[in-house]
Amino acid sequence: MSTRTVAIASRTGLHARPAALFVKAAADQDVPVRIRVGDGPAVPAASMLAVLSLGAGHGTEVTLEADGPGADAALDSLAALLARDLDAEEAADA
Amino acid sequence: MPDLDAPPRVLHGIGVGPGLAAGPVARMASPPALPDPRPVLPDQPAPTDLPVSDPDRELADAVRALEATEADLRARADAATGEARDILSAQAMIAADPTLREGVAERVRSGDDAPHALRSTFDRHREILAALGGYLGERAADLDDIAHRAIAAALGRPMPGLPAPGHPFVLIADDLAPADTVGLDPETVLALVTERGGPTSHTAILARALGLPAVVGCAGILDVPDGTLVTVDGTSGRVGAGVGEEEAADVRARAADERSRLAAGRGPGRTADGHPVDLMVNIGSAADLRGADLDGVTGVGLFRTEFLFLDRRDAPGLDEQVTAYAEVFSHFPEGTVVVRTLDAGADKPLPFLGLPEEPNPALGVRGLRVARDRPGILDTQLAAIARAAERTTADVWVMAPMVSTPPEAADFVARARAFGLRTAGVMVEVPAAALRAERLVEVADFLSVGTNDLSQYTLAADRQSGALADLLDPWQPALLQLIATCADAGRRSGRSVGVCGEAAADPALAPVLVGLGVTKLSMSPRSVPAVRARLAAYERAECEELARRALDAADAAAARAAVLTAGP
Repeated sequence: MSTRTVAIASRTGLHARPAALFVKAAADQDVPVRIRVGDGPAVPAASMLAVLSLGAGHGTEVTLEADGPGADAALDSLAALLARDLDAEEAADA
Repeated sequence: MPDLDAPPRVLHGIGVGPGLAAGPVARMASPPALPDPRPVLPDQPAPTDLPVSDPDRELADAVRALEATEADLRARADAATGEARDILSAQAMIAADPTLREGVAERVRSGDDAPHALRSTFDRHREILAALGGYLGERAADLDDIAHRAIAAALGRPMPGLPAPGHPFVLIADDLAPADTVGLDPETVLALVTERGGPTSHTAILARALGLPAVVGCAGILDVPDGTLVTVDGTSGRVGAGVGEEEAADVRARAADERSRLAAGRGPGRTADGHPVDLMVNIGSAADLRGADLDGVTGVGLFRTEFLFLDRRDAPGLDEQVTAYAEVFSHFPEGTVVVRTLDAGADKPLPFLGLPEEPNPALGVRGLRVARDRPGILDTQLAAIARAAERTTADVWVMAPMVSTPPEAADFVARARAFGLRTAGVMVEVPAAALRAERLVEVADFLSVGTNDLSQYTLAADRQSGALADLLDPWQPALLQLIATCADAGRRSGRSVGVCGEAAADPALAPVLVGLGVTKLSMSPRSVPAVRARLAAYERAECEELARRALDAADAAAARAAVLTAGP
């Protein structure tokens, strides 16, 4: 199984708009991706409710997991997304 | 179809958005009630003699309901803009969440029918979010909204939410919550009438922000069938239900006359004999000034700063605050901007304050009281306001919310001065502060009466309580008497005394407040023309006479009647 551990860069943490962007990106991957905080249970990254319920704030380290062909590419792109401050990008849009 | 031969009925509520309107009603669909559970498994005991369904059919129904909910929310998101669009898109994603489908499938297998499986699955997720508290805890209410839509779809009922009858309409509802009114289009909604709700309810605030005539606490309005022609008088609170086309046309013509008369009024606020009254606006950020007609407006009487602090884990830094404040100040190079420092507390929780939950948040640690243990947030804010003030020619004032005693006021003023802020005052929201106004003006540069909270505390009536709307009415003579006490103290000391609550937006009340001695009225930008026009109709001595009549009345309804029957 491949894993990536990354700290949430978005100012508001992994909820609201950052969570929506992440969940959508996770659902668009070819492999199912799971996400957990520390040693907590891994939950589907494509589930908005499950991702919100992690309660991951700014700076919280999360671990992404996936199996099979394409897993590494999927994890790389999702980890890169979480390492960006998606709230700041929202402000830039406005 | 409405019964067109039924005689017209007159209903009465509290007018909270002045103006006249006439049109057919359409109601906000309310959340569906859950029917009795249907047996799904063959051996299940049934509370009624409903036919037994089967898990496959119930699961298919539930999934269809979730899909319909997602499609509906997606369509609403596409039609919305900005923040509303983001909120609705996130809600659509929740409706499509595979975790929900799995939960529902599990419930159906253990014997729930589609609506009950949806209810219990949503409830489980709601508990998880609520337990996380803070921002996520507040999102638990969003989950309820999605659940109501899905259950309505599973029951084959219309989805709760704004109606779309395809023509302009008078929106009727039990009460309106902020989420209900996302996407409300003031071009198609002619007026708002709610069965419950009070003068400080969300409906009232929304009506004034949009400039819509509105009546709240209107008992019986929900009995009026969709499509019935009604007339709405948002000043007197009178609603004529089942009127004829002729009367509706007459009201529309009067409304049009009124609008053109108000639009013709320009310039600063003053009475008929030229006594000046500062007309100011209430805003939450610079965005509220976009498109606003500020002719004759002398500045911002209430700049709420909470928006910078909401929905975040850490307090905003100094630089971020300086930028936001400076943007507002730049709109009024020759005006006054009164900044209210952060008004948060157990009733408006902010995660980074880390305040404990309180059994009675309205009476708890809120407003200036937060600075007792956490003065850092207030100091940073005062520093940011002072720095932003240096970049502008606007006259920047600061005031603290929820001040109760003169020493609290003195402490705040000293803090503000230490940062170089010249004009520092306090809000009067607590009866104790109003009663001691004479002492407050010895230490504070000005007073600003927040009538929403002052009514709640004076009449001991929760602002959220629709059942007590009559007590929360800003026309209550006890409230007016406290305002008079503040105005007297201001007059004797030469200090400015303003009103920045919802009361200031009521045109009929404006001459009364001026008669009591109030010198500044601050309101939503759209309320300015009607207030200006009403003030211009009275001489100062007449305002004083109206104030005497209102003070002399037994209750709010009597005070309003005494003033409205006096003309002009």
